[in-house]
Amino acid sequence: MNSHRIRILAVLFLLPTLAVAQDLATFEKHATLNKLPNGLTVVIYERPEAPVFSFFTHVDVGSVQDPLNKTGLAHMFEHMAFKGTEKIGTTNYAAEKVALQKVEEAYSIYLRERDKRLDRDESKLKQLEKAWRDAIAEANKYVKPNEFGQIVEAEGGEGMNAFTNHDETAYHYSFPANRLELWAYLESERFLQPVMRQFYDERNVVIEERRMRTDSNPIGRLLEQFQTAAFQASEYHRPTVGWMSDLNSFSATDADKFFQEYYVPSNMVIGLAGNVKPAEAMPIIEKYLGRLPAHGKPDERNTVEPPQKSERRVVLQEMSQPLYIEGYHRPDYLSKDDAVYDAIADLMSNGRTSRLYRALVRDKKIASDSAGFTGLPGNKYPHLFAFYAFPIPGHKPEEMEQAIRAEIERLKKEDVTDEELKMIKTRARATLVRGLSDNAGLAQQLAFYQARYGDWRELFRSVDRLEKVGKEDIRRVANQTFTQENRTVGIIETAVETGDGKGDAQ
Amino acid sequence: MKTLSLLILTVIAGAVMFVSAAAAQVTDWKQIPIPTLPTFRPKEPKRIELQNGMVIFLTEDHELPLIDGIARIRGGSREEPANKAGLVQLYGETWRTGGTKNQTGDQLDDFLEARAARVETGGGTDSTTIGWSCLKEDLDDVFKVFLDVLRDPAFRPDKLDLAQKEAIDAISRRNDNPLQIAARQAAKLAYGADNPYVREPEYSSIAAVQQQDLMSWHKQHLYPNYIILGITGDFDSAQMEARLRQAFGSWAKGPAWRNPHIEFHPAQPAYYLVDKKDVNQSNIRMVGLGTTRDNPDYYAIEVFNYAFGGGFSSRLFQDIRTRRGLAYAVGGGIGTAFDHPGLLQMRLGTKSGTTVEALQALYQVIDDVQKHPIDEAEMKRAKDAILNSFIFNFDTPEKVLRERMAYEFYGYTADFLERYRAGVEKVTIADVARVAAKYLHKEQFPVLVVGNSSEFDKPLSALGPVVPVNTSIPPPSGGKKPAALERGNERKH
Repeated sequence: MNSHRIRILAVLFLLPTLAVAQDLATFEKHATLNKLPNGLTVVIYERPEAPVFSFFTHVDVGSVQDPLNKTGLAHMFEHMAFKGTEKIGTTNYAAEKVALQKVEEAYSIYLRERDKRLDRDESKLKQLEKAWRDAIAEANKYVKPNEFGQIVEAEGGEGMNAFTNHDETAYHYSFPANRLELWAYLESERFLQPVMRQFYDERNVVIEERRMRTDSNPIGRLLEQFQTAAFQASEYHRPTVGWMSDLNSFSATDADKFFQEYYVPSNMVIGLAGNVKPAEAMPIIEKYLGRLPAHGKPDERNTVEPPQKSERRVVLQEMSQPLYIEGYHRPDYLSKDDAVYDAIADLMSNGRTSRLYRALVRDKKIASDSAGFTGLPGNKYPHLFAFYAFPIPGHKPEEMEQAIRAEIERLKKEDVTDEELKMIKTRARATLVRGLSDNAGLAQQLAFYQARYGDWRELFRSVDRLEKVGKEDIRRVANQTFTQENRTVGIIETAVETGDGKGDAQ
Repeated sequence: MKTLSLLILTVIAGAVMFVSAAAAQVTDWKQIPIPTLPTFRPKEPKRIELQNGMVIFLTEDHELPLIDGIARIRGGSREEPANKAGLVQLYGETWRTGGTKNQTGDQLDDFLEARAARVETGGGTDSTTIGWSCLKEDLDDVFKVFLDVLRDPAFRPDKLDLAQKEAIDAISRRNDNPLQIAARQAAKLAYGADNPYVREPEYSSIAAVQQQDLMSWHKQHLYPNYIILGITGDFDSAQMEARLRQAFGSWAKGPAWRNPHIEFHPAQPAYYLVDKKDVNQSNIRMVGLGTTRDNPDYYAIEVFNYAFGGGFSSRLFQDIRTRRGLAYAVGGGIGTAFDHPGLLQMRLGTKSGTTVEALQALYQVIDDVQKHPIDEAEMKRAKDAILNSFIFNFDTPEKVLRERMAYEFYGYTADFLERYRAGVEKVTIADVARVAAKYLHKEQFPVLVVGNSSEFDKPLSALGPVVPVNTSIPPPSGGKKPAALERGNERKH
């Protein structure tokens, strides 16, 4: 039965599969994989069109690795990676180092007093806080603020940024091609000897980031609560930006320890794309990035979320319009069914032909937007497949729930059509091709696939895996995953006004 | 155990260091050689002007088997009647979803998705667009759909209704996110509440739009002399040109285009407060009128903006974010646009309890830039940043095409980018100081604060007159209200 289906599939999709294989073959001619003796992996894609290149440094550490009571630390370090090194950002590192050590000492004494449960001495606390702030002011005397970023910008860096999520941390920008050596130097310095200068001011910046993204945004508030409810054991229950009390407690010493443990070459992959000749570039890259000291890969263990036993619900009363979201636990990205989940997400969500759009937006006219997606909050560990809908005025979250559920039932009970299946696969191939035209995107994809699968070619094979998904796979996975006890629901309901509001939330 | 592994590490690290002893010699980034960047002349798009005034740009790019096209058509929401604000948005949506005389929008969806192709339309402030993207092998099929949508749209009422429902939903949600409120209200303060660039659709203006309005708009704007079409991808230019001449060559020209006259009336200086109880961060915007890019001040403004509020090295970032830790998002500058004054804006987000402190810091940074103008080193960094990254303006054929289409649309010369480079190079310290003095008058700038006033460090009135801003959404005016609103309104007030 199964093999019969596979044969039909193989015939049906022979052409697209061949086309992708051919793409990979052409593509491979331009790509090289290099491993430095210290364990750093570098993937280069030569694309000589214009004299520019983009890079993407992927570090296999995310907020999942935040130590206990130090949520937000991975993200905090990412901010610190722009603060310079022992040579960049300082007028006198020897003196600064001593001053920074004093900041840490003063901070730890201050914290000890601040966090006393009993007998805290408020006047002493004030003194200690002042001593800590004075120490910071002293250390700041040696700072050339933001020199690292200034160099990158003045040398023509474009799109300099970084991000942290639950699964990984990444750094990226683009440079004119003649700055490859400068890039290799800067990127190596940054991860060879980062200095935790201006840490506590930057911590305030991060706290503002939390206020912006989460605290002052109803959808941010809902997602944080929803995620926390869905995961109880797995580190996915913690917000990447960190809880406020942790943000107000962790230290530069903590960030430095975190760096020492996770920012090791065996834990890093760099993707480069653009006008870069591997034969010329690799000696340069090795010269600088080869300096990062070798170190074993850090401990990968994390807490595994046990099976959920009953539905969970989070309902927020907000001065905003309503929203509905529900999520179901699914296995990690290495699951053999990963492509099946991708197929379901595409079928349910991609464009105006998607099932959720047609059902909730076009036909029932109860939502302005609805989709299903995988990878919440990450996908490296078992995570959620989620569905959401924004009710249009006059419709309630419960209607979204019923309508989404009806579409899920359809997935479980009826086979998808041949046309739908074909559309998903054609679209995956086109998306892959469209993604190849941009240096920055390519560098990211190559680094990501190399880091996650140990082989950048998986970028192409992921399309092959999707080609093999059959109708019965979709039904099987839907029946397995989308069950009541495996579900967490998150809802924003519009709060009834208390009377003092002047319509400010309307 | 731990000591042992540390020891091993030190040994390994030592070995690696030894091998690359040469690299360890580099102690200053300035020692790194920077070879000359090879001259790079991007492929200029081929410009074709048809007899009927339609302008076409073609750029061959054979790297991937894709062909993309986009047409920009004169006329946008700045020209729609105020009582039908939202018309162009609804038009842009329904143009495609409403299908054509031959096929419904849903049929088009199926047809295109099966080919992973797109034909999409949209409405903007000064133009509308229609574009496609397809695999090379599907060009015949997809171009046919493109032409059909371009010329024979049906604007079916069910899709207008759908677009109206989505627009109404967007209106109902427009006060949910403080950043969105801040962006919208700041533009209103700078341009004037009734200015067509910042006018918002309301329930009543959305409900007022009818199918006939969309058809009339289409009829009045779809003339070849209002269209600029750009195509990039894996095609042969001669064949493509022949295809386009055949498709558009006999199309009759319309009346000459005339740009609308639009006035800009910034609000009086004061502290405009949107009081929002459910936030713990204040979004602050200080605004004024910027200028246009054909202003001779443009190049000095660009340098000033970079040094003042652009990157990591800018005064605003250095002071408000890095030194004081008062904000995550901070920036600003004298905005410019092609054909109307850009938005001059300083913006930041800070916790409620430092609202006034951050505002005062912002004033200090502005005062300081007058007293201690941008110096040689800052100007050099700014110019370096602009000139060294200049290549990223034209490092892909798509970017080159997009730029050329914009110059064509706004009547700028094709060598605008080259002039820009030369203009920036010539900017002097005195130029930068002059534009700072000319455009930055903080006492004239209205200030918007979206925040929770009960948590502010001081009342805003400590700084000056406070004007409360009412952002409540006007209910639909009497008579016909969209059915979708009936229950939504019960929750208001």
